[in-house]
Amino acid sequence: MARLARLALDDDEVGRYAVQLSAILEHVDAVRRLDTADVPPTAHPFPVENVLRSDIERPSLDRDSVLSQAPVAESGRFRVPRIMGEAP
Amino acid sequence: MTATPAPELGSLAAIAACVRTGERSARAVLATSLERVRELEGDLHCFNEVTIEAAEADADAVDRIVRSGLDPGPLAGVPVALKDNLCTVGIPTTCSSKILAGWLPPYDATVVSRLRDAGAVAIGKTNLDEFAMGSSTENSAFGPTRNPWDLGRVPGGSSGGSAAAVASGIVPLALGSDTGGSIRQPAALCGIVGVKPTYGVVSRYGLIAFASSLDQIGPFATTVADAALALEVIAGHDPMDSTSLDRPAPSLLATLHDGVSGLRIGVVADFLSEESECGDAVVSAAEALAAAGAKVDEVRIPELLLGLPAYYVIAPAEASSNLSRYDGVRYGLRVDGPDAETMNARTRGEGFGPEVKRRIMMGTYALSAGYYDAYYGQAQKARTLVIRAFEAAYQDFDVLLTPTTPSVAFPFGSKVDDPIEMYMCDLCSIPSSLAGHPAASVPFALNPEGLPIGVQVLAPALGEAVMMRVAASLEASAPRSARGPVTP
Repeated sequence: MARLARLALDDDEVGRYAVQLSAILEHVDAVRRLDTADVPPTAHPFPVENVLRSDIERPSLDRDSVLSQAPVAESGRFRVPRIMGEAP
Repeated sequence: MTATPAPELGSLAAIAACVRTGERSARAVLATSLERVRELEGDLHCFNEVTIEAAEADADAVDRIVRSGLDPGPLAGVPVALKDNLCTVGIPTTCSSKILAGWLPPYDATVVSRLRDAGAVAIGKTNLDEFAMGSSTENSAFGPTRNPWDLGRVPGGSSGGSAAAVASGIVPLALGSDTGGSIRQPAALCGIVGVKPTYGVVSRYGLIAFASSLDQIGPFATTVADAALALEVIAGHDPMDSTSLDRPAPSLLATLHDGVSGLRIGVVADFLSEESECGDAVVSAAEALAAAGAKVDEVRIPELLLGLPAYYVIAPAEASSNLSRYDGVRYGLRVDGPDAETMNARTRGEGFGPEVKRRIMMGTYALSAGYYDAYYGQAQKARTLVIRAFEAAYQDFDVLLTPTTPSVAFPFGSKVDDPIEMYMCDLCSIPSSLAGHPAASVPFALNPEGLPIGVQVLAPALGEAVMMRVAASLEASAPRSARGPVTP
């Protein structure tokens, strides 16, 4: 689960969270066991509709001020470590 | 227990009236507030940052407007504190997390602009449980906030810093955010008023997201009238938030003192356990409302008890998705690694605290292939059952009454190692969050140890006006000693 959630954990953390998450899952089991035949799901308190604005140009956030908050930026872009393995 | 009544700051309207007429400068009002910060902040730790220079500049701007003969607005010169998950241009916004330490937002939250446009003066960013996940502020990466009523106890959470700042008389107004009770629970534990508006009444633009279908911003104040005025100012449609309701801000003050005569009030029996001092306060509150002319009855709504387990699937699920943006690329912390995925995982492993990691993993699990239907799907259906149960109850009642919390403020460390025990704090506040309904906590009594107890008023969607009327009536029948501000 930690891998899926992109969380690097040490062994202590893994042991502790395993116990705590089991307890939480047990607690929410009431929901899993609920008879919900014919009950529709609610994703949002009110019906949400796509909201569109008129297609008129307007200023967006300033690029330099946004990039100034990045851990590493270069040539007007965010810089990250390589995202793919070496070419075969 | 050594808390004593603090000097009254005056109502928001009274402060603004003095500033608008030039009788008192915004700068002088601010000085009083900052003096109180100097006196108490060392004990309380309400703030992640006190923004003295920005506050002085804002106060001077208000005073210039007054001198030029114009009106700075209904909150002229009112010092306010902002929960540190509300974006403020050029002022660090951290969510009390290492992963965002030092981040300077490029834009203001809509509520921050609305407060400023109304003449309010922001004095700083308040402490919270990391990313608003928690009920005690003990999950802050920067240390907990203390309860001004008893420095050995938590102020509640997640908006504990905002609650403590109002309860100790540092500011007469603060903003918090409430996902499952994060305004109402700390308001109750700190003896002040806290209001979670109907979902969509206040813009979430610039509120750092935790669980987007539940998050709402709302005010903390020492009186119902102050909370009502603040809500009138920050509410109203905002095109920058697609979930903002397209309607004007509610009118609350006009009917605030219309009384409760003839109103049908339901006391939710499912939340009144035996031998609970918070339950006893609700019974007394119901008697007071009946004496004021309301028609009071008990009502059983057992489906509301599904709220807690449903919430602890839905909120972590939404959080796991929302918090995926903290990946070490665009803002905040980066811990390097040989490739992007390792960098992401190390950054998040180091940057997030234990409760945030727990919820991200819980949410990831609830949304993962094979478990989605059993957990997230089922929780969404439980949410429907909670909403239907409320709909049925509101056929017979105008508002409902419950305790805000199962217990009074608890000592530091007493729940922090047991997540389930901590989650139980939200038992009574979660159902209206799931339904998107408004709810308010009003200080109503003190327990034998002198700790405040809050009573929660629930109303159907957009029922803020009637809810605040009932809250005002409760306030009028509560002992003055039950509410802040106090000096620790």
